[in-house]
Amino acid sequence: MPNSKNEKLIVLVEKMPAFPRSVQQVVQLTSDINASAKDIVRVIECDPVMTVKVLKAINSSFYGLPQKVTSVQRAVVHIGLNTIKNIALGVAAMGMLNANNKANFNTSNFLLHSLTTASISKMLAERISLPSIECGDCFVAGLLHDFGKVVFAEFMPNEFKLALEKSKEQRLPLHQTELEFIGISHTQAGKMLAEKWGLSEMLIDAIAHHHNLDHNQNALRDCVFVANQISKHKQFGDSGNSLIADFPNPIVARFGQDLPGICEALGDLEAIKTEAQSFINL
Amino acid sequence: MKFKFWGVRGSISTPGPNTLKYGGNTTCIEIRTDDNDLIILDAGTGIHALAQSLLKEMPVNAHIFITHTHWDHIQGLPFFIPIFIPNNQITIYGGIDPVTNETINRALSVQLQYSFFPIREAQLNARINYTTVKPGEPVKVGSATITPIVLSHPVLNFGYRIDCDGQSIFFTGDYEPQLNIYDPEDDEYAEFQAFVDAKWNEVVLAMKDVDALIVDSSYTSEEYVSKQGWGHGTYDSGIKLATAANAKKLFFTHHEPTRSDASLDAIYQSLLQKHPGTSCELLLAQEGVDISL
Repeated sequence: MPNSKNEKLIVLVEKMPAFPRSVQQVVQLTSDINASAKDIVRVIECDPVMTVKVLKAINSSFYGLPQKVTSVQRAVVHIGLNTIKNIALGVAAMGMLNANNKANFNTSNFLLHSLTTASISKMLAERISLPSIECGDCFVAGLLHDFGKVVFAEFMPNEFKLALEKSKEQRLPLHQTELEFIGISHTQAGKMLAEKWGLSEMLIDAIAHHHNLDHNQNALRDCVFVANQISKHKQFGDSGNSLIADFPNPIVARFGQDLPGICEALGDLEAIKTEAQSFINL
Repeated sequence: MKFKFWGVRGSISTPGPNTLKYGGNTTCIEIRTDDNDLIILDAGTGIHALAQSLLKEMPVNAHIFITHTHWDHIQGLPFFIPIFIPNNQITIYGGIDPVTNETINRALSVQLQYSFFPIREAQLNARINYTTVKPGEPVKVGSATITPIVLSHPVLNFGYRIDCDGQSIFFTGDYEPQLNIYDPEDDEYAEFQAFVDAKWNEVVLAMKDVDALIVDSSYTSEEYVSKQGWGHGTYDSGIKLATAANAKKLFFTHHEPTRSDASLDAIYQSLLQKHPGTSCELLLAQEGVDISL
């Protein structure tokens, strides 16, 4: 995709609305003077659009923070709950993502997949004993890993529709058919946006390379990779691509098991699905 | 370096017989370096009286640092008389609002509209400059170095540290130390507390060893119970900060608007009794008193 098209996409995404349930919740909670801070934070950190808006603001060059902020909670401590609330209200004022987009991309299914991938990524991070802050980062990385897809559905629906259809009909990975019809894959688009927004290197890498693990060593990205496959395997939404990737050896080595083994070890994940659905259904 | 409070009141000005001693104007602090450079912290209603005192030393070169854009900290800007007089140079410093992306020039321009004020921005005769300051990036005024840090309040709020002539002052603007938003039984509690502790350490470091620490102490700890999240500190949170930062003098300001001179005196006496061994000197901010460091 030519650079001018990328630039256009970046501008369009500024006006991107959030998911209906979180828009409704933010409006409701910010109208209630007694609403608890943790409830408001929970809504924001379960919506990919609101999360990126907060991370973009806190990671802007204005704050010049020595380390990138990767979680909404940390952003609250830096710039205060009210500012975070007002950023979320600003997003809410842009309307809601249309579930009936021209690409026929199911945004509820997308959000279910993103949220379950986020929660499972965090569980996996805890299992391999990453520090607690990185476990939180894993949630964010899981939530945002497919962000590029919802951007395509919103702003390039015709091309994305063709990519989705060909991927489904010919059982090809979606990121391949995206390249054919859009000229850029959701991982590349996500990477470009994440870089533009000044997100952390780890997050950018997890978004950019969750289908391509040869790139380098990144435990956070590996957690997202595995969680992505588990979410699809359990049919917790598939975000337009139901193909489950094989586990390369380094992944099996890191987690000590293959996909069935990890699923077995994690136990019943229905609670994760139910909780995610509570953030989706109106 | 020396300084003087021209406004010590929070939220709204409170003139009247009950506030004669400590003063009823909203926030404004004048700082003078040994070279007589003029630094002003906030432009509440107190800046009007400061402006009167400056008329004898025209032309004025004033550097006004705005902690945040809540009304009680900017309301005096249109009444800062030097802005109307040619040859004066006024520089207004502040941050960028993360929600609106507006810079500090809005603090003045929004007030200088026909509906709110009879004079337009274009009619100001002084040379007015606006400077965006960033957290952690020091700016120089003469021999003084002013370093902003973000402190928690419902809007972007800077605390400013002023180092000059081997002395230092820190003013918090309006500041409520961040509380943990989770309950101890919540999974998120420990992680959030780690963020809170890290920020606290950053704040303490920013005010480390200052000669004068000026803090927002709107409430008593008893009052604070019903004011959490309003964006203001307490006398006790101020003492905790000053102790951790090893400040030499602690000035309590942003007096709650209904607080009379008598109740401020009573609170002060009880603080002295409650904190007999405090390492720093405790003082109530009082308008019009020259303070030399």
